[in-house]
Amino acid sequence: MTGSSGSIGWPALAMFGCFVLLTLAITRWAARRTRTAADFYAAGGGITGFQNGLAIAGDFMSAASFLGISAQIFADGYDGLIYSIGFLVGWPIVLFLMAERLRNLGRFTFADVASFRFAQTPVRTLAALSTLLVVLFYLIAQMVGAGQLIRLLFGLPYPYAVAIVGVMMTLYVLFGGMLATTWVQIVKAVLLLGAASFMAAAVLWQFGSPEALFARAVQAKTAAAAAKGATPAAALAAGRAIMGPGGFIKDPVSALSLGLALMFGTAGLPHILMRFFTVPDARAARTSVLWATGWIGYFYLLTFVIGFGAIVLVGTDPRYLDAAGALRGGGNMAAVHLAHAIGGDLFLGFVSAVAFATILAVVAGLTLSGASAVSHDLYASVFRRGRADQTAELRVSRVTVVVLALVAIALGILFEKQNVAFMVSLAFAMAASANFPVLLLSLLWRGCTTRGVVAGGAVGLALALGLTILSPAIWVTVLGHAAAIFPYGSPALFSMPAAFATIWLVSLADRSGRAALDRAGYLAQRVRSETGIGAAGASGH
Amino acid sequence: MEQGEAALERLAEDPRYRRLVRRRGRLGVALTAVMLVAYLAFVLLVAFDKPLLARSLAGGATSLGIPIGLGVILLAIALTGIYVYRANSEFDAEVAAIVAEARR
Repeated sequence: MTGSSGSIGWPALAMFGCFVLLTLAITRWAARRTRTAADFYAAGGGITGFQNGLAIAGDFMSAASFLGISAQIFADGYDGLIYSIGFLVGWPIVLFLMAERLRNLGRFTFADVASFRFAQTPVRTLAALSTLLVVLFYLIAQMVGAGQLIRLLFGLPYPYAVAIVGVMMTLYVLFGGMLATTWVQIVKAVLLLGAASFMAAAVLWQFGSPEALFARAVQAKTAAAAAKGATPAAALAAGRAIMGPGGFIKDPVSALSLGLALMFGTAGLPHILMRFFTVPDARAARTSVLWATGWIGYFYLLTFVIGFGAIVLVGTDPRYLDAAGALRGGGNMAAVHLAHAIGGDLFLGFVSAVAFATILAVVAGLTLSGASAVSHDLYASVFRRGRADQTAELRVSRVTVVVLALVAIALGILFEKQNVAFMVSLAFAMAASANFPVLLLSLLWRGCTTRGVVAGGAVGLALALGLTILSPAIWVTVLGHAAAIFPYGSPALFSMPAAFATIWLVSLADRSGRAALDRAGYLAQRVRSETGIGAAGASGH
Repeated sequence: MEQGEAALERLAEDPRYRRLVRRRGRLGVALTAVMLVAYLAFVLLVAFDKPLLARSLAGGATSLGIPIGLGVILLAIALTGIYVYRANSEFDAEVAAIVAEARR
């Protein structure tokens, strides 16, 4: 390690180069198999449940999870686990309430399902808008992580690093569509699970037991507090604090609100919901959630061990700290430094390449989801009223990929200083407040109408966004006001019930002719969603 | 294969279909409730009783919060497994039978 912005040398570059070549080969292979819209958006429906489970896990094991959560555990200990658990518990909900019904009703985007029996134009417009907003917030988080990582590893200036990620993901999505995106995601998931397993095993082997690891971590934090001039009693308290919940959750309302956002946001993330259309049938959709939940849960256990390992092995080693005692390269680098502490330059190179691969794979999935919202929902269904030909639709999709990449690069540079994991929670709040209520009620409530879902979805989206702007994270930290108008950490506790209530009330009051059609369509939709009759099958090649 | 809306609505009256949807729906709601209650209980513990989670488990550094957090993670995986097991072993066959009959 040479300096805070130095290069880590050839091993990392070589391994990163290998990954890039491999993914480009995948993209080339996928490009030859990507001809129709079904290929581009849904990999022709030919992904197996196990593969899709890995790809979903890959979407969730993002840079925000790997770098952000291990960094949070490195800083605050137990608090990071609260985040991980929130990310995981949404999966069972997705399975119990949505996965199979989504697969049975939809083809390419979750808007296919949300608008199944409703007026296409308003519902798809809303769904596309919320997809784009969720995708943009999530993308910003990934881009920021990418910029910091590459700046640290390769000594590149932050804007160049962000631009490289943008160009790479554009290549995958533009030419390889969902097939390339899925396989890049699978390769990266396997690499990441392997690297994280090795790191966690090395940490546990070094300390002998979790108890010994925790004890050493408490000692390390105590010593650090004492070195900063705390009294012995205060230092001991600071050390013990990492074993329990701390400052991350300040008040009960914020705790509940963030909890709801993480849990139900999972069931509303467009790039995740889209994955259920890549498998052949409902059974494979179900299997993919089981695999995904298992892998994600396992991964968060690894992250926990890695974060605590970093407290001892990175936090007490001056090689990884700057003059002020802060982590070199920024807070999110705890896991990367730990890789060096465990396996030297070679393993650092490997983990860096994997972390970079993680970012590339996740941003590719996000971009594809955003692009399909524009081309499939807005262009083909809204502007051309379902009469667009496939070639034109795919062209719009590819143009959107380029535009989204440019926007993501610009925003990634703009939001350089934000905490990565926190940005992701914003995306979750919007998904939980707009997409989840719309999907759930349109699937399961006969009385739900076009007006109801549009009004409710818009209210949920606007409240989630508005309250977030008024919350401390933006109102105080970014805009510099003295006190936040909305004092809580997450809006979901208010915006999600508001969306449900609005859908319910507006639907009940809706006496329009369209509402009668909406309600009349429920029974047939329900039978299709429960049995898979008429579901879009895997396309033959 | 495109089924007429009328045929689908007739299927909705089929007692076996109704029984399947009721049982599967009940299982889904019950498992959702278990997950929701377990997770919200965890979040409320975090919010209202931080010292309890921080308390030492057996006199060492490991706190009570560690097995509780781990438990929530394992519960999520276990509930998912229960649903998939039931769906694979019971519901799929019933759906196939209902759909086959409807096509006839």
